[in-house]
Amino acid sequence: MKLIEARGLTKEFRIFSRSEGVMGAFRDLFHRRYRILRAVDGIDFAVDRGEMVGYIGANGAGKSTTIKMLTGILVPTAGTVSVNGYVPHKDRESYTRGIGVVFGQRSQLWWDIAVIESFKLLRRIYDVPREDFRRRLQQFDDILGLSGLLNLPVRKLSLGQRMRCDLAAALLHNPAILFLDEPTIGLDVLAKSKIREFLKEINNEYKTTVILTTHDLGDIEALCPRVAIIDRGKMLYDGSVDNLYSQWGQDKLEDIVKRIYMGQKPTSGSAGGGWDIG
Amino acid sequence: MVNRLLLYLELIRMEFVNNLAYRSFYFTGILNYSIQIGAYFFLWDAVYAGNRVIGGLDREEMITYVIIAWVVRSFYFSNLDRRVGTDIREGKIALELIRPYSYQMVKYARSFGEAIFRMLFFALPAGLAIYLIRPFTLPIGWDSVVMFVIAVLGAFVINAQISMIAGFVVFFTKSPTGVYKAKRVIMDLLSGLLLPISFYPGWARDIIQLLPFQAVSYLPNMIYLGQISGAAAFKVLGLQVFWITVLGLLAHLFWRFAVKHVVIQGG
Repeated sequence: MKLIEARGLTKEFRIFSRSEGVMGAFRDLFHRRYRILRAVDGIDFAVDRGEMVGYIGANGAGKSTTIKMLTGILVPTAGTVSVNGYVPHKDRESYTRGIGVVFGQRSQLWWDIAVIESFKLLRRIYDVPREDFRRRLQQFDDILGLSGLLNLPVRKLSLGQRMRCDLAAALLHNPAILFLDEPTIGLDVLAKSKIREFLKEINNEYKTTVILTTHDLGDIEALCPRVAIIDRGKMLYDGSVDNLYSQWGQDKLEDIVKRIYMGQKPTSGSAGGGWDIG
Repeated sequence: MVNRLLLYLELIRMEFVNNLAYRSFYFTGILNYSIQIGAYFFLWDAVYAGNRVIGGLDREEMITYVIIAWVVRSFYFSNLDRRVGTDIREGKIALELIRPYSYQMVKYARSFGEAIFRMLFFALPAGLAIYLIRPFTLPIGWDSVVMFVIAVLGAFVINAQISMIAGFVVFFTKSPTGVYKAKRVIMDLLSGLLLPISFYPGWARDIIQLLPFQAVSYLPNMIYLGQISGAAAFKVLGLQVFWITVLGLLAHLFWRFAVKHVVIQGG
């Protein structure tokens, strides 16, 4: 039994296309025309417990939409998804107890209150025993250096500080799966390496499964033995990073990914493994 | 179950503490309410010139009605519609969907924390200050005080539910200001805040009596004045329970629909 299993996962959005000019605006009042955008197009995806998977793709490729379906925020248009024994969008309240989510673009901490107050509230929300809470907070503090930040309101934190707090917040209840949507976006080199080190340690110690989307391939190189590449809603590659290197015969992941985004196929012989050309 | 209760209590406490940081914001609020109440006082004072009885209320009762209506409003009023609307428009509702709690209950709990703050730092001081400047009628007996307090709590819940639903409506219109304004005007007019329901013509009263709004201001005020008492007061509380059930169900349906059709911008 896989921890995450998605089959034929599809999400379509209905986009209202506005007509031009005054007459067009009138026409729209009575007859709205919609365009269907298939953001995620029938992807299959399976992840084992304890894996760290990088999920990459160009802007608008469907990464975040996939994450939102896996976390139960969006309801899939078609396909099945099962995570940690639940159907995410159906069993929301029990399912979300077992996951942690971090959106790099958005803080989940309460804006106006001190970080520690947010943490205490999360302890209540997830029913974390006081002793576990204290121990984990101590451990997170050791790696992420939170102690100076805990008494500040979130609005006073820098981006790097905020991200460290957000990460700690997502892990206080020791979730089985951690979803990270661009966790290192906009961070400096030092902050990035701190976060990578932290994620490695968490994965090592708690066997937390980590799914992370990113545009920084440094994250993949540092953390993820496995990478999934999506483009225009379709899965282009799902396999090990090592395999990617050997197929393309190049030494820089960035170059390889650039070529994949441009629609090229590997030149060196073994084009079989991992390629899903559909 | 107990854990959830502790969570909601914690949220009430947090919002209360949170509001302490914005004390100064309420000073302008008190000023605003004083002007409103002052204006209505002079208006009704003039309308009632010559000891008349209008809509079942004499001059003194009318002035008390206005004061109580506004003081109570300073307790139950909340920006819940704006908060929910903003959550929907800015996609913050997505972050609420990954939490193992009821979004609505969290919002209600925080609103209640704010309401307790408003009662202690806004409604009660304002009521006391007005009483010192211009004494108004106090309730006749303890029973009407108790019934009034319960009815005001009911008013808080009903107002919060209506605001919640107004917030969800933003999901469909995507232009929030109109919704907020419409809700405000409907509430002020049909709840009896601006005009006791007994002042309306018969056909309007018939319609208003079929709606939940009068349970927010008019009916509690009438209990305060002793115009509704005994069994009739219990009937008001029963009516409030009825509307809380209906509105709760309606809000739940809106929530279900919103969640199913949630579209988050970007990505």
